[in-house]
Amino acid sequence: MSVLADGAGLPGLSHVITWFNDPSNWWGSSGLLIRIREHLLYALIILLIAIVIALPLGLFVGHTGRGVVVVVGLANGLRAIPTLGLVIYLYLWLSTKITTTFAVPWLVDRGALASFVSVMIALVLLALPPILTSTYAGVQNVDPAARDAASGMGMTGAQVVRKVELPCALPLIMSGIRSAALQVIATVTVAAYLPFLGGLGRYIKDGAGDLNNTQTGYPAMVAAGLTVAILAVVVDALFNLLQRALVSPGLTGRIKRDSRRTTVDRIDAPAEANLISA
Amino acid sequence: MHEVWTYFTVHHSEIMGWLWTTVWLAGVPLVVGLLLALPIGWVASRYHWTYPPITSIAGLLYTIPSLVLFLVIPGILGTGILSPLNVAVALTGYTIALLVRTVADGLDSVSSDTMSAAAAMGYTGRQRLVAVQLPLAVPVIGAGLRVAAVSNVSLVSVASVIGVLQLGQLFVVGYDYNALAPTFLGLVLFVLLALAFDLVILGIVRVLTPWQRAVGRP
Repeated sequence: MSVLADGAGLPGLSHVITWFNDPSNWWGSSGLLIRIREHLLYALIILLIAIVIALPLGLFVGHTGRGVVVVVGLANGLRAIPTLGLVIYLYLWLSTKITTTFAVPWLVDRGALASFVSVMIALVLLALPPILTSTYAGVQNVDPAARDAASGMGMTGAQVVRKVELPCALPLIMSGIRSAALQVIATVTVAAYLPFLGGLGRYIKDGAGDLNNTQTGYPAMVAAGLTVAILAVVVDALFNLLQRALVSPGLTGRIKRDSRRTTVDRIDAPAEANLISA
Repeated sequence: MHEVWTYFTVHHSEIMGWLWTTVWLAGVPLVVGLLLALPIGWVASRYHWTYPPITSIAGLLYTIPSLVLFLVIPGILGTGILSPLNVAVALTGYTIALLVRTVADGLDSVSSDTMSAAAAMGYTGRQRLVAVQLPLAVPVIGAGLRVAAVSNVSLVSVASVIGVLQLGQLFVVGYDYNALAPTFLGLVLFVLLALAFDLVILGIVRVLTPWQRAVGRP
């Protein structure tokens, strides 16, 4: 890392190492650790809200086949909206409506409610499409024979969704939630554009005003960016573990089936959701 | 609505400049990325043992947040931090990452019967690739290209956080002057631009795959 060329007049990337090595950048009320906590907390809340909205909706559309065109169109349309623009638009609009100084420890400072709500709405809209489309596609991909067998056994529609379609679609749903999580972690950085909000974007937004400062300028921006990338990699790995724990072994081929042994332990591809048919 | 139009007419020349920068920043990486993804995807499809490593590296590249690349690339290339080149290089990387898998899957999707028939008609390996396999893979590659185009357009706006001038500047202006009109105009223009890219790709795919329309007729 240290031998890389400096950008035009920018402090070199070696300053990034120095930045990381300085304990004063880690601790304190606006240190890296607090910024990471804020970043992850924002991302977690956004992801949970998106799952609560998209999962039932996706299951409903996949199960009934109603509203497919609306959902697919909506998902594609949402993808085209730039999040930074939406965050700023919502803030300009909400900051005149929300004037309460309501605060939540660790999460919303006094006066930050309008900023906070704007970021939540904009990023939930960003996280919806991957979860929605993967849930819908996962349910659509469930082997019709499995679904028929379940109805034949006397299961009601709700039971079929809960006991057959949801578990069978789980690998695909999980990969949708995973890509939503990665997108949210990368994009929560825009929160720092609004007043009173934290997260790792704070370093990037604040550093852009004074690039050549070796303490708070370009080195801090790159350090924050690298931290976001590390968070993304860690979250990705956690999702791999979670997927192993949640997805039925019968779907992944991790258990022995008849004489032939299948050794697929990761499921990403839609086609593999059909392995249940064996 | 009226204010938005007024804003556009007053700042017309500036906005059109930003619009063209955005078109270039999203479009050039799309073309360059496709041209680079074609040979890599072909390798992944032709030599199957290379498929898992190539697609996992591509997947890993895609998990790097765009803002991080916009920041680190100037440190590596020696370009200024506000240079649009950083954005173009980063988006080319994402386009390759997204398309490599699509190209490989598209080439694989051509049935072995078709490939055998082409061989029996006397096509050599390379002719068969260019004249049979690649054209038949166009719909799959086109679908991947549409996703890459929409994502590129929206990623360009992220560069506003560090100050690279393009259409996303409308959001910065809107925020700085506490004005809804430029912000709304920016949102509309970005969505329209994504739509335009989408339609152009759809059109090209349609022209390149005349057989799809012929089959559709009763």
